[in-house]
Amino acid sequence: MPERYVGARVRRSEDERLLTGRALFVDDVQLDGQLHAAFVRSEHAHGRLRDVDVSAARRRPGVISVITAADLGDYWRPGPLLVPPPPIPGLIFHTCTQVPLVRDKVRHVGEPIAMIVAQSRYVAEDALADVVVDIEPLPAVVDLEAAMAAGAARVHEHLASNLAAHVVQRTGDYDAARAAAHRVIRRRFRYDRGLSAAIENRCVVAQWDARAEELTIWDTTQAPIPIRNGLAARLGLLESQVRVIAPFVGGGFGPKIMMHYPEEVLIPWIAMQLGRPVKWTEDRQENFFATTQERGQVHDAELAVAQDGRILGIRDVFLHDTGAYDPYGLTVPINSQCTLLGPYDVPAYDTEFTAVFTNKPIVTPVRGAGRQHGVFVMERLLDLAARELGLDRLEIRRRNYLSRDRFPYDHHILFQDSAPLVYDSGDYAPALEEAAKLIGYHHFLHEEQPRARAAGRHVGLGIVSYIEGTGIGPYEGARVTVEPSGQVRVATGVGTQGQGHFTAFAQIVADVLAVRIEHVHVVTGDTREFNWGTGTFASRGAVVAGTACHAAATAVRTKVFDLASRLLETPPEGLELVGGAVRVVGSDRSIDLGALAAQANPLRGAVRPGTEPGLEATAYYGPDRGSTASGVHAMIVEVDPETAMVTIQKYVVVHDCGRLINPMLVEGQIHGGVAHGIGNAFYEQLMWDDNGQLQNASLMDYLLPTATEVPPIVIGHRETPSPLSPIGLKGVGEAGCIPTGAAFAQAVEDALADFHVEITEIPLSPDRLFQLLQRTPPQRRNQVIVEGSYVFRLPRAVVWDALQDPAVLVRALPGGMALEQQGEASYHGAMRVGIGPVTAAEFTVRVTLLDREPPQRFAMVVDGHSGLGFTRGTAQVSLEEDAAGTVMRYRAELQVGGRIAGVGQRVLDTAAKLMTRQGLELVHRELAGRRTGEASA
Amino acid sequence: MTQQVPVQVTVNGTRHDVVVEPRLLLSDFLRQDLGLTGTHVGCEHGVCGACTILLDGEAVRSCLMFAAQADGHAVTTVEGLASPGGLHPLQSAFHEAHALQCGFCTPGILMTLVPFLRDHPAPDEREIREALAGNLCRCTGYQNIVVAVRQAAADARAHSESESARA
Repeated sequence: MPERYVGARVRRSEDERLLTGRALFVDDVQLDGQLHAAFVRSEHAHGRLRDVDVSAARRRPGVISVITAADLGDYWRPGPLLVPPPPIPGLIFHTCTQVPLVRDKVRHVGEPIAMIVAQSRYVAEDALADVVVDIEPLPAVVDLEAAMAAGAARVHEHLASNLAAHVVQRTGDYDAARAAAHRVIRRRFRYDRGLSAAIENRCVVAQWDARAEELTIWDTTQAPIPIRNGLAARLGLLESQVRVIAPFVGGGFGPKIMMHYPEEVLIPWIAMQLGRPVKWTEDRQENFFATTQERGQVHDAELAVAQDGRILGIRDVFLHDTGAYDPYGLTVPINSQCTLLGPYDVPAYDTEFTAVFTNKPIVTPVRGAGRQHGVFVMERLLDLAARELGLDRLEIRRRNYLSRDRFPYDHHILFQDSAPLVYDSGDYAPALEEAAKLIGYHHFLHEEQPRARAAGRHVGLGIVSYIEGTGIGPYEGARVTVEPSGQVRVATGVGTQGQGHFTAFAQIVADVLAVRIEHVHVVTGDTREFNWGTGTFASRGAVVAGTACHAAATAVRTKVFDLASRLLETPPEGLELVGGAVRVVGSDRSIDLGALAAQANPLRGAVRPGTEPGLEATAYYGPDRGSTASGVHAMIVEVDPETAMVTIQKYVVVHDCGRLINPMLVEGQIHGGVAHGIGNAFYEQLMWDDNGQLQNASLMDYLLPTATEVPPIVIGHRETPSPLSPIGLKGVGEAGCIPTGAAFAQAVEDALADFHVEITEIPLSPDRLFQLLQRTPPQRRNQVIVEGSYVFRLPRAVVWDALQDPAVLVRALPGGMALEQQGEASYHGAMRVGIGPVTAAEFTVRVTLLDREPPQRFAMVVDGHSGLGFTRGTAQVSLEEDAAGTVMRYRAELQVGGRIAGVGQRVLDTAAKLMTRQGLELVHRELAGRRTGEASA
Repeated sequence: MTQQVPVQVTVNGTRHDVVVEPRLLLSDFLRQDLGLTGTHVGCEHGVCGACTILLDGEAVRSCLMFAAQADGHAVTTVEGLASPGGLHPLQSAFHEAHALQCGFCTPGILMTLVPFLRDHPAPDEREIREALAGNLCRCTGYQNIVVAVRQAAADARAHSESESARA
């Protein structure tokens, strides 16, 4: 047993059940008499529902029930608004939430129209084809800007336009900042939609026990308690009559916090109607339409920057795609708005967004929840500014970081939780230095990259900062109970989807009560076990519920000392907890916690007034605002400009999530987040056509990163404890994927510096990158770099003299035919060069020798022209004496243009290298021949 | 109602003589008819690999097979991996290396790797990543899975060396 569990790499207690196939996931629930549901979904993105004919489906053998909106009666109600917008002055918000089944108008492909319940899923799906749906198509609203144009079709016709919300937040005087700026950098940035893509799709099973009058629901939700509360209200039941169980959940990543999905409302209802258990499991294709998504935004942003790189102000105006409905309020765009500020001192910020309804699936948070959009805009602006000002990428960030002594730091705008955006703590510059060191920043820029570029390879580095507001309220709770067996039970209301909460919470409680972690048993995700809570979202599970576990365990410890103090006749100050027992300090008198628990709940005898039975306590933790995690990501990529494929060679994360409960779990969260971020950056994009039809609704066409795309990730931990939490915690669940796109864009841009590609959109895909490469001016593209060394087995003076002789020098030029001396160090002549499919052509060439330091080094400027194109550039040549003779090192940078350039970079590189080598061998042979001649003469 | 076909299949060492609908997927047969819910279904089109099982010792996707096609074959699911004595060494390595988070994809990954390690007792990182590339995991970023596989392979080699030293 380690001295303390918190901070240690404790292995997970939940693993064995998962590894052996014993863990219960919702789709594993099988009940006697269970029926199966399937949904008829809209094939149109936008249209008027004229008729649904279910008569044939109802007649099919094995079908039990077919339900349309008309069959729901009063139960048909739009879903709740989950997150009311913050009280920002002038804010406009139109609430339009999803409906259980479409009654009059379909608003996205996949919206449910009818539910079929049958003996088996197979029969239910057979019956889908029996339903005849008559939809009059309407023009689909797909593109964000087109959606806001005059005359656009309206997703919700009772509104004047597709505007779902409009929010302006301002701090400082941006116009003044702009007027004072040395430069104003302005760009348009896009960040498109992607999936959460948990490997477990959604699933709901419901069972109504008519005798007990109890409804039990198994649901793949991140928020079992709010699901219970909402369903009880909808169904007219007491909350205590409804039990929601979120057992093991196969990944959440955001969309499983959404409620109530139509299926979540309909399955419990039909189970009650039929008096039989009913299950619905989403299939993968349904997941592309029926589960919420995220990430479509277009930003017009500008940065006003001083000459020294200091940020004077930022203006950002953006459109946010909320999809067909907006049940999650403004969490995502406000996260974008607030997270844009990053770890930087931004004296003036003028930010405005318009949320737009479109005929696409609903947008709610997906891992990162809009934060990555803000980070992308800010980091790209800083990269552009650094380039314009000639500043190093690290330096511009250093100059703008909020320093350690400025916390708590109030940005004077409101965050998604309606609290002011106040950073609790942070220490940014050391994280940047550590990341730069781990990625080998200086070595890469000054050695690896020039060497790789000389060899014709395109490698680049990206390094960016971010912050993440985590661990927001309102609250979570926990109950800790010491049982007479000495085992400790912990119950909390959050759901868990693989984060390791069972282990992390047990670590916290085991430390407070000084018991072995194997004796602490955590239950989550069952409303029968704990009555209060909100859920696992916003990187808050460990922070908020973990702190509540700490508080409850601390309250139990107080009870333990009170009771033990009486039994051991020692004041509490004279007692200590050791190895599952209370002991009188400095003696061997002790009582096991189990025995104490039995004493605390006597069968007979008197209990002191004012005491509670048992060793049990419930506690809650509700921070008034979140804690601010932060970090730096860095990566090195190699790009093949011919195929536009990008390989990530190295990835570094330096992360600060305050006090670490379990570094192993934190690393796991970061690894997964980075993989998700890499998917977002380069592989994953939902492709909609103009009719709102998704064109890649399968995992064959929508590419999730696999083990061959995700690189090994090196992690550096920093711990700046949060002053808000008694144990210093900050969240980590989403951090891994927040800055990935920004780092990726910077690295790819750096790798393609010769091409002057500017990356202002994510996701990038190989085909999108290929298009960007095609757009770069061709004369910038064909730069040939030839670098190498050659050993002459001759004295240096001989080599030097020979190279000043035009008759010898001509041999060293690729395809050199003749060279005549014109001036002291300039020559005129002809070269014959043919490359690949381009026929050999005669170039007239002028060669000038510069910077001559006999016999050590010289430079050579070459300028050649022909009907087929041109080549011009400079070569640096040095000669060193060596045991073997003379080592020549050379590096030539040549621009190639015209038809000869059309053969492509690879062919040019290879040809130039080959011809240089051949030329030097010719020179060597010529010189060696002369020497032999001299010797024999 | 529908035509039925007889199937004899051995699953985790137990023989089952059953009659099934021809269209019944092997994954649904294992999960629903036999109650072996450790085999998970993530995509039903052969991409995610969560439903991978062993058919006569080789990794196959149970969502791409009909139960009827398993007639006369031996199937091993994740439930058949551990022995009464304890976890399979690969399962232990996954636990030690934190190679699983939500655990939904894990059974399929284990069943993919068992025959891989049998055929590649000393795999390098590239081979491991390629072997894993047919299984999707959204939680782990694959890094700790690679660590676990390397560890399991090393443990197995050390074990067989000590066995042969004893012999």
